[in-house]
Amino acid sequence: MLLEVEGISKSYRSGSTVTEAVGNIEFGVREGEFVSVVGPSGCGKTTLLKCISGLMPPTTGRTLLRGQVVTEPPPELAIVFQDYSRSLFPWLTVERNVALPLRHRTDIADKDAVVSEALAAVGLAKFAGHYPFQLSGGMQQRTAIARALAFQPKVLLTDEPFASVDAQTRAELEDLVLRVRERFGITVLLVTHDIDEAVYMADRVVVLSSPPSTVQTILEVDLPSPRHQVETKLLPEFGRLRAEVYASIMRDPDAPSPASVA
Amino acid sequence: MDRRVTRIAVEAGASAAIIALIWIYTASVDSYAVSPMPDVLDSFRRAWLFDGVTEHIVPSLVRVALGFGVAVLVGVTAGFLLGLSRTASAIAQPVVSFLRAIPAAALLPPAIVILGVGNSMKVFVIAFVACWPVLLNTSDGVRELDRTMLDTARVYGIGGLERLRLVILPAVAPRIFAGMRVSLAISVLLLVTSEMVASTNGIGHFVFLAQSQFAVADMWAGVILLGLIGFVLNVAFEAVERRVLRWHLASRQSS
Repeated sequence: MLLEVEGISKSYRSGSTVTEAVGNIEFGVREGEFVSVVGPSGCGKTTLLKCISGLMPPTTGRTLLRGQVVTEPPPELAIVFQDYSRSLFPWLTVERNVALPLRHRTDIADKDAVVSEALAAVGLAKFAGHYPFQLSGGMQQRTAIARALAFQPKVLLTDEPFASVDAQTRAELEDLVLRVRERFGITVLLVTHDIDEAVYMADRVVVLSSPPSTVQTILEVDLPSPRHQVETKLLPEFGRLRAEVYASIMRDPDAPSPASVA
Repeated sequence: MDRRVTRIAVEAGASAAIIALIWIYTASVDSYAVSPMPDVLDSFRRAWLFDGVTEHIVPSLVRVALGFGVAVLVGVTAGFLLGLSRTASAIAQPVVSFLRAIPAAALLPPAIVILGVGNSMKVFVIAFVACWPVLLNTSDGVRELDRTMLDTARVYGIGGLERLRLVILPAVAPRIFAGMRVSLAISVLLLVTSEMVASTNGIGHFVFLAQSQFAVADMWAGVILLGLIGFVLNVAFEAVERRVLRWHLASRQSS
């Protein structure tokens, strides 16, 4: 197990009220695996991600990365946030944004090559000198992905990375992440509210309940690789898995009504 | 290209028209307070081109440069300290609120008593009053930094002084410049005030002296020079701002 989430819970206290966002989350991620975490809106997915990554201390429980307890974001971990416009640094070009995290990486010999490779992998080689505001939303998110890639992490956490782009760009970016993960051999944890996406991208799907969230089900996704936006989604197995995830979320009595779940 | 040329032509034309109107007005009015334009221009030439440069203009510019420079340095440094530390901010809050509320003019007598009537008094007064807009803008800017941006810095191992230099400073730069623009105007204002109250040279002193001696044309010449200097300083400031905040101004335009 590369990443182990052990009994994570997170509560917020404001005044005398205590809100339990995350109840008790327990699962593991094997090396090279792609795990999706999906659940109803408001189930604390982002909070969970922040606790796992070390950005936020959990109320109880802990995360182990290669057996070490995570207290601060470890150097082998990179995150792609949902809001790319606030994650990228607007005063730097695409190239400099991607290169910045590599400042002190003595283990990387040829930083320029790594940056070029990352940009080429996401298809932004021609836009290296552009500023983020000159790019579309999809391209900005690709820059954020390139930055994560150049960092050469063992684990990539993504927090609803495609929620802020349109549907077609979303499909492109999904396939991009799958290609890149295949090429660079990265372990990925994807947090999403989109059930189709969760099943399409993953080797395993972790379904969360509504807050205080716990793990409802963990499903194995036995779909052929490489995935294809049309062909994979036409397979009966895809439909079955999708339905199972949906049913699992619906089984939760506190889950919001069908209209509000993607 | 066309629109720009039209705009410049309109601006130049309007300015010329206004100057012409002033010329005609001052020539027609028969009051000691209103000098005819030719007299004012003559005084301007005699006073400032080029004897008055070393005697008055240079000292004034040096004072305002030093005062503004100190104001920015102190404002940015203190602004960062207060913005980054909740405790520091809580402790400093009442002190800052009180000090910045002191009217500038009220500072002059104590400054004269403590520092005399030399350059240090003027630089101190300018710096003391002009630092607040920079300080407050900086500390507000730091406190309002985006959570996601700071999380990103943490994830990618950018911390401490490096984070301050590479992430926080550029992110707060637009706010700092906004504060600096106000500080610049305040600096010029306090330069003139302090020179009028206690000085033996400087443009402010010149204007005050001219008025007290009823050398009205000279007085107007000094006022016009002050206006020009303020204008030039602003243009220079904007040019620097445009260069440093290229990314910011361009992104604002495109959104």
